[in-house]
Amino acid sequence: MHVSKTTEIIVGLFVAIGFAAIFFLSMQASNLSTIGSQEGYQISARFENIGGLKVRSPVTMAGVKLGRVSGIEFDPESFEAIVYMDISPKYKMLPSDSSASILTSGILGEQYVGLEAGGEEESLEQGSAIEITQSALVLEKLIGQFLFSKDSAN
Amino acid sequence: MLTYFQRLGVISLAMLERLGRASVFLMRILQHIPAVLLRFRLLISQIYSVGVLSFSLILLSGLFVGMVLGLQGYYTLSDFGAAESLGVVVAASLVRELGPVVAALLFAGRAGSALTAEIGLMKATEQLSGMEMMAVDPVARIITPRFLSGVISMPLLASVFSAVGIIGGYFIGVGMLGIDEGAYWSQMQAKIDFHEDIMNGLIKSVVFGVVVTWIAVFEGYDAIPTSEGVSLATTRTVVHSAFAILIIDFILTALMFGDI
Repeated sequence: MHVSKTTEIIVGLFVAIGFAAIFFLSMQASNLSTIGSQEGYQISARFENIGGLKVRSPVTMAGVKLGRVSGIEFDPESFEAIVYMDISPKYKMLPSDSSASILTSGILGEQYVGLEAGGEEESLEQGSAIEITQSALVLEKLIGQFLFSKDSAN
Repeated sequence: MLTYFQRLGVISLAMLERLGRASVFLMRILQHIPAVLLRFRLLISQIYSVGVLSFSLILLSGLFVGMVLGLQGYYTLSDFGAAESLGVVVAASLVRELGPVVAALLFAGRAGSALTAEIGLMKATEQLSGMEMMAVDPVARIITPRFLSGVISMPLLASVFSAVGIIGGYFIGVGMLGIDEGAYWSQMQAKIDFHEDIMNGLIKSVVFGVVVTWIAVFEGYDAIPTSEGVSLATTRTVVHSAFAILIIDFILTALMFGDI
């Protein structure tokens, strides 16, 4: 069967535009460009309550994103939640006595882990655990406490 | 009374038999795929008639669907003061659902019906039996290149649809309604996940490509070789493809995004 050169060129263009669209979707419209290298190091922290934290929530320090939550587990002995975080290898120098708290971006925004630097010389490494943690604020508990303290004040 | 049950039985058996024939037919197509890949030129002319000729339709529809999403999304989101996340709404609905599904529906109407009519007419004018007389297997020479080109074209068309839709939403959101350009893209990048959203959308469109072209070539090959039979087969291609796309989309969405 004879296929004209124009047809071949047009089909080539069509396939190229199709792949360009896939490339556009992956680079411009999704997080592929921000995932970067995966060989960061993993740290963990224990929380009494993680609220609405999810896997892939951001981990930040001073508002800058350092990594992502890579896993959430429940410890059946201490009844706490263990949160594993992947930190980008660029940020090697976090002090080992840094503290972690679960914060909310905006009033109704999503929850993320905020790290706060300590003063220790040693830095966090693969597998190390953050000791000082602060749980997520649960709005119902907060309102309950507020009402209770009001009652007792009267 | 019994005759009704008998009629129901006849209909069910006929449906099952047709499904069986369609499956055997798909197996025969799959067997011939390696041979077709070696004869690339057969494929190119088919990608032209199946994919390239659907391109302008997909381009225009994608643009307008994206623009409508931009408008509708804006009016709903601005009630909650969240108009900045318009980019996420437009991109998520396009990449996950509308891109693969609407592109597949358009593809079934534009390319699927054409495939059925072409193959059905070839059968009606006895070109297929003519080929068999010359010891050329029509499944290998006619059907398989068409099937393969549909499977290749569908994900490309669906991606073009989504990409153009996102750009259309950008024109409306950023250009007309004055959403911040940075917010449009950065919120999108923060919320749309490559594996979760883009890859699953691509998988959906590949599945739709297989199903729509399978239905189209089978209906053509199985058509009653009269002008009325071909017209019936063409109608069936569009109707069955639409049903199949929507049902399979529900199942795939439940598997991919629902935590079942």
